[in-house]
Amino acid sequence: MSSTTDTSSNPAGAASGRPRPGGAGRAGNAPGGAARGKPGGRDLVKALPWIAPALALILGVVLFPAGVMFFNSTRDISQSGVDKGSVGFDNYVEVFSFPYFWPIFLRTIVWVVVVVVFTVLISLGIAQILNKAFPGRRIVRLVVIIPWAASVVMTTMVVYYGLEPYFGVINKFLVDVGLIDTPEGYGWTRNPMTAFIWSIVIAIFVSLPFTTYTILAGLATVPSDTIEAAKMDGASPARTYFTVVLPQLRGALSVAVLINIINVFNSLPILKVMTGSIPGYDADTIMTMIFKYIQNQHKVDVASALSVVAFLIVIVIVAVYVKVVKPTREV
Amino acid sequence: MTVTETRAMLSVDAERSPGGRDRGPARKRRYTEDQVPLGRVLLRMLAGLVVLAIFILPYTIMFFGSVKTKAQIRSVDPTYFPTEWHWENYINMWSTPETPLPQNLISTIVISVFATLLVLLVALPAAYYTARFRFPGRMVFLFLVIVTQMLQPAVLTSGLFRQFATLGLIDTWAAMIFINAAFNLSFAVWIMHSFFAGIPKEVDEAAQIDGAGRLTVLFRINLPLVWPGIVTAIVFTFVACWNEFAASLVILSTAGNQPLSVALTKFVGQYETSWQYVFGVSIVAIVPVVILFMLIEKRLVGGLTAGSVK
Repeated sequence: MSSTTDTSSNPAGAASGRPRPGGAGRAGNAPGGAARGKPGGRDLVKALPWIAPALALILGVVLFPAGVMFFNSTRDISQSGVDKGSVGFDNYVEVFSFPYFWPIFLRTIVWVVVVVVFTVLISLGIAQILNKAFPGRRIVRLVVIIPWAASVVMTTMVVYYGLEPYFGVINKFLVDVGLIDTPEGYGWTRNPMTAFIWSIVIAIFVSLPFTTYTILAGLATVPSDTIEAAKMDGASPARTYFTVVLPQLRGALSVAVLINIINVFNSLPILKVMTGSIPGYDADTIMTMIFKYIQNQHKVDVASALSVVAFLIVIVIVAVYVKVVKPTREV
Repeated sequence: MTVTETRAMLSVDAERSPGGRDRGPARKRRYTEDQVPLGRVLLRMLAGLVVLAIFILPYTIMFFGSVKTKAQIRSVDPTYFPTEWHWENYINMWSTPETPLPQNLISTIVISVFATLLVLLVALPAAYYTARFRFPGRMVFLFLVIVTQMLQPAVLTSGLFRQFATLGLIDTWAAMIFINAAFNLSFAVWIMHSFFAGIPKEVDEAAQIDGAGRLTVLFRINLPLVWPGIVTAIVFTFVACWNEFAASLVILSTAGNQPLSVALTKFVGQYETSWQYVFGVSIVAIVPVVILFMLIEKRLVGGLTAGSVK
């Protein structure tokens, strides 16, 4: 590695005449700010040893499998995995002509929208509490992390147990406080509808930590002077919150919503545990349906077609969202 | 609100505040702000307590369940608290008929450790170089990184399954190490990229003028400064790999190869689930990663700001 001054690959921003914004956070300093001269082919050759391993991993284990998936969605693959040739769009026809497809599609939308909306609203409240100074705040902040770090499968399983008829403690609690009449409880996890609703509750619960922390990070960037100015102008706390604080949270919120949409759409473990043992397709989302095709029916070809559909849905959601909200992510 | 706008606002505030007139009242306000009335502090503590109780509740149920006997945990009129504490569950739970739990634990550890090492090995140079140098295709590369962040193994499982089957790597740890590494790469690159970008270039320049080579600058000058970013990336990646579920479910078919997250689901829907063992194993699996996450709690906010909330 040369240590000399090679002008064409000078450290990015070295020649920048702009004053560095102080204190406002290092995150956004445009890397490669104002390098002198246009980078050329030689720079790419120099960069390769540094980025090639990452590139190989992304191409080999993310993009190539994506290609394989698109290809397989047009093939006829036997249960044992033998490729029997092209079938055009037959797999897609099977996906869309499946009588439960549209209910599953709608349920997926409900799943994503309800979970993300409630997650964000509740997180805004929790972040507001954790942003105020009080004794023991640090402990509360630490405890809020737990569902984030803990395995979603394990968190879901404890709820599943708690809802079991007869011996589940959540069930017992609901009986004890009088919300359920029958002492043996209700078959929460036996009924697709109730199992799905409880799955939504769990999905919200495990999404709260990340969202809360992202909002807290956003709150930390709200200048206290602005809030004080609003107070001095006689604005009520609510008015201050909605007109001063919330607009400043726009960046944090848009990132939190975007990442939550993707995570919730792709979420498998909660529904797998909560509704996996219910026969039929009355509590499935697109994601659990993909895994039913792979695991129960051994139809990798149809699963690939549905995965492509899911993939396109994610892309559309992200594109529409980025277009409408314009999250403030800069590269 | 873009970063630039936010920053512009900040600098406007910074310019205004030294000005004489509104300095006085502002300081006074801040003083009273510190002297929050006791009633309000108690109210905040109460709210905090409610939050704490909600977030800890499932794990308390888990813990209490882990020390109950099977008869207690499956009793028709269950008790909230264990009547006797059966710590021996934590020994007996490792030999259950449902799944070879000791092997599942080893599997989880091996996959997580090696995937994290691979991520670090691959992401660190990329993060450093893209933050420090310009080259043709840099934006394409960073775009690819963002695209990977948008994708998750779940949506690509059928492709991954076929690809690793063709490679003969199906049902191996290696497959899951590669998959975990690839899908957590973007986060690690992104966080470390931001930390590298945060080091004033003058630091590098000064070192280079003093005759330090690029690698010397990286290892001696930059790494100590971005260390918090590296730790954050390591912990994030490790915890994500530790809890990975969707791809492992399809790729790893042999019971002994599966991580705990997949193995434990076998207890659901059993005629007589040994819930006390499920919870014992869950506690053992959850406590270490929770502690790891708590260690970076302070940087979690900063790390997230650097990583995504730009």
